[in-house]
Amino acid sequence: MTAQPTERWETVCSLEDIPRLGARRLERPGLLPIALFRGAGDAVHALVDRCPHKGGPLSQGIVFERGVACPLHNWTIAFADGCAAAPDVGCTPRVAVRRVGDAVQLDTGPAALAAPEGGPS
Amino acid sequence: MKPVERKPRLVLVGNGMAGVRTLEELLRLAPDLYEITVFGAEPHPNYNRILLSPVLAGEQTVEQIILNPRSWYEANGIRLHLGKAVIELDRVRRVVRAADGSEAGYERLLLATGSDPIMLPVPGADLAGVIAYRDIQDTETMIGAAACQRQAVVIGGGLLGLEAANGLSRRGMDVTVVHLMPGLMERQLDGTAATMLQRSLEQRGLRFRTGARTEALLGGADGRVAAVRLADGTELPAQLVVMAVGIRPNAGLAGRAGLHCNRGVVVNDTLQTITDPKIYAVGECANHRGVAYGLVAPLFEQAKVCASHLARHGIRRYAGSQVSTKLKVTGIDLFSAGDFQGGEDDEEIVLSDPAGGVYKKLVVRQDRLVGACLYGDTVDGAWYFSLMREGRPIGELREHLMFGESHIGDAGHQGLNRAQAMADGDEVCGCNGVSKGTICGTIRAKGLLTLEDVRRHTKASASCGSCTGLVEQLLMATAGADYSVAPTKKALCGCTDLTHDEVRQAIRTPDGAGGRLLSVAAVFAALDWRSPTGCASCRPAINYYLLSTWPREARDDPQSRFINERAHANIQKDGTYSVVPRMWGGETSASELRRIADVVDKYAIPTVKVTGGQRIDLLGVKKADLPGVWRDLGMPSGHAYAKALRTVKTCVGSEWCRFGTQDSTRMGQQLERALWRMYAPHKVKLAVSGCPRNCAESGIKDVGVIGVDSGWEIYVAGNGGIKTEVAQFLVKVATHEDVLEVAGAFLQLYREEGWYLERTVHYVARVGLDHVRKAVVDDKAARRALWERLQFAIELEPDPWHEPARAGIDLRQFQRLPA
Repeated sequence: MTAQPTERWETVCSLEDIPRLGARRLERPGLLPIALFRGAGDAVHALVDRCPHKGGPLSQGIVFERGVACPLHNWTIAFADGCAAAPDVGCTPRVAVRRVGDAVQLDTGPAALAAPEGGPS
Repeated sequence: MKPVERKPRLVLVGNGMAGVRTLEELLRLAPDLYEITVFGAEPHPNYNRILLSPVLAGEQTVEQIILNPRSWYEANGIRLHLGKAVIELDRVRRVVRAADGSEAGYERLLLATGSDPIMLPVPGADLAGVIAYRDIQDTETMIGAAACQRQAVVIGGGLLGLEAANGLSRRGMDVTVVHLMPGLMERQLDGTAATMLQRSLEQRGLRFRTGARTEALLGGADGRVAAVRLADGTELPAQLVVMAVGIRPNAGLAGRAGLHCNRGVVVNDTLQTITDPKIYAVGECANHRGVAYGLVAPLFEQAKVCASHLARHGIRRYAGSQVSTKLKVTGIDLFSAGDFQGGEDDEEIVLSDPAGGVYKKLVVRQDRLVGACLYGDTVDGAWYFSLMREGRPIGELREHLMFGESHIGDAGHQGLNRAQAMADGDEVCGCNGVSKGTICGTIRAKGLLTLEDVRRHTKASASCGSCTGLVEQLLMATAGADYSVAPTKKALCGCTDLTHDEVRQAIRTPDGAGGRLLSVAAVFAALDWRSPTGCASCRPAINYYLLSTWPREARDDPQSRFINERAHANIQKDGTYSVVPRMWGGETSASELRRIADVVDKYAIPTVKVTGGQRIDLLGVKKADLPGVWRDLGMPSGHAYAKALRTVKTCVGSEWCRFGTQDSTRMGQQLERALWRMYAPHKVKLAVSGCPRNCAESGIKDVGVIGVDSGWEIYVAGNGGIKTEVAQFLVKVATHEDVLEVAGAFLQLYREEGWYLERTVHYVARVGLDHVRKAVVDDKAARRALWERLQFAIELEPDPWHEPARAGIDLRQFQRLPA
């Protein structure tokens, strides 16, 4: 099988650019800011860098095994689905991310997230 | 083909609050672990038994008190057998069998069979019209009798009996309560409160025969009960008799199956029956360390522990509960807990206003509150109960104790101490802006039963906690729950069952081979953390405990610090940062002000503001600009972002002021230079005033120093935050060096003993000022040692703004990702 034509994987950094149990913020024109996380066991996750609560930058939060705690009001957002832990309600979009060796790649294809008009920069 | 793996089977016998709560906790921890079957003898799904009294009184309906509708069982894949009492337990085949013959096998069995009412063995006890008060059926019988009969007698003037009597009376019956003891509710009330309660119930139309023994129940021509005869020969006509003389754990099934029983099924601290580890028991049927609990709060604590073992997490222990009681009769406020009678060596603080309908008694033993009995005004019941559970020294609180928590330095809730009188729109929690209507609506909609749940869902009382009493009253009125008791032992966070003190102790104590825990990961591994990378609560706490216990040795983990301490600036709501340079003692100079002005221009900083701590705040700095701003300012970090020494506020003092008696500015600068870079459990603020006019506001600081003619007075543990707390006098000293040593020693003691995120005011309240005085004032050698340990810890601390490499700052965070 060949890859879906809508996917376009781009290397955005190497694993070592992200601190262990930490995050980096990726800002590029035309895209929402994205938070890249390096979790336990060097797993890499990516979420739109906006907490569903008040828009806090998740990339600045404390990172643990299954999620990140937003630095503004401590909502916990799960990597698996981008959703806040109960009883808080809300989700931030996940972004497709993968590791190829040491390279961290994002899907920037047409199906991936483009900044909506008038959206946050 | 692989054989389908079968899930282990869990059977719950007893579909009541304790058993179903255990299932709820279990499903939260391990949703798919078991195939679950539930047997309930009653034909109803799990309901809130505590609310039978409001149903009887006509204030709620049966539907309203259902906790888990049938759909809940379906949604969780639970097989539910209603109206089927289990009569046989075969521990060899591991099968239970119900009266109708249906069977279920188990790998794990949970017994939650509750209790049976005690029926007095008097002649006529088996007549029609004689009932107990235990379940929905009894309640419906009483409601039915009230519709067509006139007179009722309730035997037993305890909690349950009085609630039954009140309900029947509200439904129009003539009710007489017969009570063996001279005073009502003798297990919860002292004589005075019992008399007030009786008078108030008499005004509502109830009649009482106290000190009266029931001799026989007399039948009428129709074979139904017609009267109650007392030992003195009096006959009380009654077409309905309710026996409410007590309950007895229902352990018949367990006993027949050979499980050891002694006033209940005997269980250990993991809620396993001591005879068969496959079988657990919770709730009123279980006897733990000699006690069978009959209130809901302990049952919920048991449910938590039992569920963690069923879920194979398995490290929680149940160590027993303290209980408190409230009477659920609308319009009567009554609360009691602990040893409210008091003994010979105890002190009693009493407020008695029978005409005003208020009576409060507090029992104090060795500077600790051990019992409380409140009538008429119970808003502070929760607070007293928490003081009792924590065993906190009363100390300076003593003179205010009687007037309650709202009286201690908090202006938020005075005059608003009756939850029921509040309108729906009235704000209950000022910190989080939560109204009474929101709280009650959420309690009803989500079926909440504990304070913890209400806090999680509404945030009410989750911040400063001063409205806790009000929220508990609302919970009581809406859901009927007893006081939800936080475990006496409060775990550091959800990742462990260990307390702050236990974790600190483990870090402080080297292992057998002399090895020390020096990193967050090592602590998690050694203490069996449930989550291998912790959470946002425990990681910063552990990191602080390591650094404060083993300075110069423990490894700082920047990823375990909040962003502010990682970026060395304060994050703002829009993701920009604020920068506050240090100004020693609040003094600055022309060249510093010029550099600040140049920085503001160069980096286009939108807001410049003077802080309350006599410094200047630059707001709206972009993260990428931070290193440049620090460099160009050329001033030390103000640590305005850290759990660390913030400012030392000073007045101008004797150098300029015509009233000044001491050089407070220089004293403040000496303190600040000696203490800056000091990390602590929470932020630390100091102030030095040059005379008792106290212009630097030393009375509301962690350490406040006031100059007097002959030296300096030192005050500690003040706070100007959510609750204004006036600092307490510690000692008076003569010289600047003495001030440095006492202030430093006090702060080092706090650094070593305070819990993470505990301010000095709460730390001192917890350990007592006497403890502080002993270590910092009385014992000179201990004081010197503390002061030296503090200097050792901060001597080599770098200024993070100007030595980022030595401070271990990851500078990549200020740069763009190289794409």
